[in-house]
Amino acid sequence: MILDEQVWTLIVDSFGKILLPGLTMTIPLTVISFILALLIAIMVALVQFAQVRILTQLARFYIWIIRGTPLLVQMYVIFFGLPKIGIIIEPFLAAVIVFSVNEGAYVAETIRAALESVPKGQIEAGYCVGMSYRQIMKRIVLPQALRTAFPPLSNSVIALMKDTSLAANITVTEMFMATQRIVAVTYEPLILYLEVGFIYLMFSTVLTKLQRVGEKYLNTDEIRREKRCLRWKMFAKNLEQ
Amino acid sequence: MLTLENVRKKFGTIEVLKGITFHVNQGDVIAILGPSGSGKTTLLRCLNFLEKADSGMMIFNGERWDMNRISRKNIALIRKKTAFVFQDYNLFFNKTALQNVTEGLIIARKIPKKQAIAIGEKALEKVGLKAWANYYPRQLSGGQQQRVAIARALVTEPEIIFFDEPTSALDPELTEEIMAIMHQLAEEGRTMLIVTHEMQFAQNISSKVIFMEQGQLIEMGDAQEIFSYPREERTKNFLYTSKII
Repeated sequence: MILDEQVWTLIVDSFGKILLPGLTMTIPLTVISFILALLIAIMVALVQFAQVRILTQLARFYIWIIRGTPLLVQMYVIFFGLPKIGIIIEPFLAAVIVFSVNEGAYVAETIRAALESVPKGQIEAGYCVGMSYRQIMKRIVLPQALRTAFPPLSNSVIALMKDTSLAANITVTEMFMATQRIVAVTYEPLILYLEVGFIYLMFSTVLTKLQRVGEKYLNTDEIRREKRCLRWKMFAKNLEQ
Repeated sequence: MLTLENVRKKFGTIEVLKGITFHVNQGDVIAILGPSGSGKTTLLRCLNFLEKADSGMMIFNGERWDMNRISRKNIALIRKKTAFVFQDYNLFFNKTALQNVTEGLIIARKIPKKQAIAIGEKALEKVGLKAWANYYPRQLSGGQQQRVAIARALVTEPEIIFFDEPTSALDPELTEEIMAIMHQLAEEGRTMLIVTHEMQFAQNISSKVIFMEQGQLIEMGDAQEIFSYPREERTKNFLYTSKII
């Protein structure tokens, strides 16, 4: 009954119509927002890590506001609220602003924790060999911190990708809105919402795979060296004997 | 070459350094001895401005600095002429042994990469780790890590090297490795300040000894003299409990 021919045709016909806005809207929205969020987060985290007094308070305030209010409310304030005072932002741009500012607050905490996980002694050692604070951060602390932060950052990307469905509320025609429109015509909510859910699942699966590749890449350099070093060790041992 | 005058430091209400004054000559190898909590490490850290002294003067290469008010720029200048070896090595974990050694040359001193690598390899060879140049710190033993740290301290041609309990985290065998290298450095006439609990080692390597207790410099003098005939009662007691005399 459920998979009679009519239903099957519906699934096949709608698949492309849902996937296309996924590729042209959901993914660009996710990528652009996350890159901006990452930039915001690194700045906010560095400011706190370096304990720049006024900026640290500003950073805490930003995180407090953003984490303390719903994403949906933030979205409504920007898109439906701001026009009241003459600020009109186009839907896609509004979505990018809301998502990057929102995600930035969460990612900032991830990066701050990762920065703090780098042993302080390495910073002191950096000073002792004559490096400046900026050089130490750039060359020693940030590379180690970003590596630690990579798995939780991947989490954030996946969460953000799914959250972009909320942009349907502010007239961004991304995947979820496209589905809603088809439902409005066909009256098949169960099948179509399951279908869009499945496409989201495919997207997250790809992201999960990418995470694994990324983690491997972050380790490769060392693993390769490790192998080379092992060979060296054997070689040195043979020489000794 | 280095003089300290009346250096004081408090952590909260605890006075860790109660007015330390001493003088270091070129080529001196000075062992700083004393029980735990006597302020030895803090003193060493103040010398490299890893801790900011509350008051006190430092005369380094004829220039006189207020240790509390010295500017960041001048601290950087002094740090470029000194080196520090930590108790727990503090190697850069995202850099190979060689990169650890060359980082201060390439980044802080703007020495061309090729030249820096040549200098770095030579330094690693000196500490017996040439074949380990491309290893990451976590792949090295504690003794090897400390040897890399020493190589890192040597490449910048420092006028004075500070050692903060360089062997405390190592087992006896690895301790030997480090001591042998430090002996070699002493023979080369390098100026070194060594905080250590290895009494035998201190006796063998040092030309002078500073004895500290509860934030005060109790006694300073020629190493043989202090180890054989300490003047102060407290030094005597310490050396006695350390089974040196």
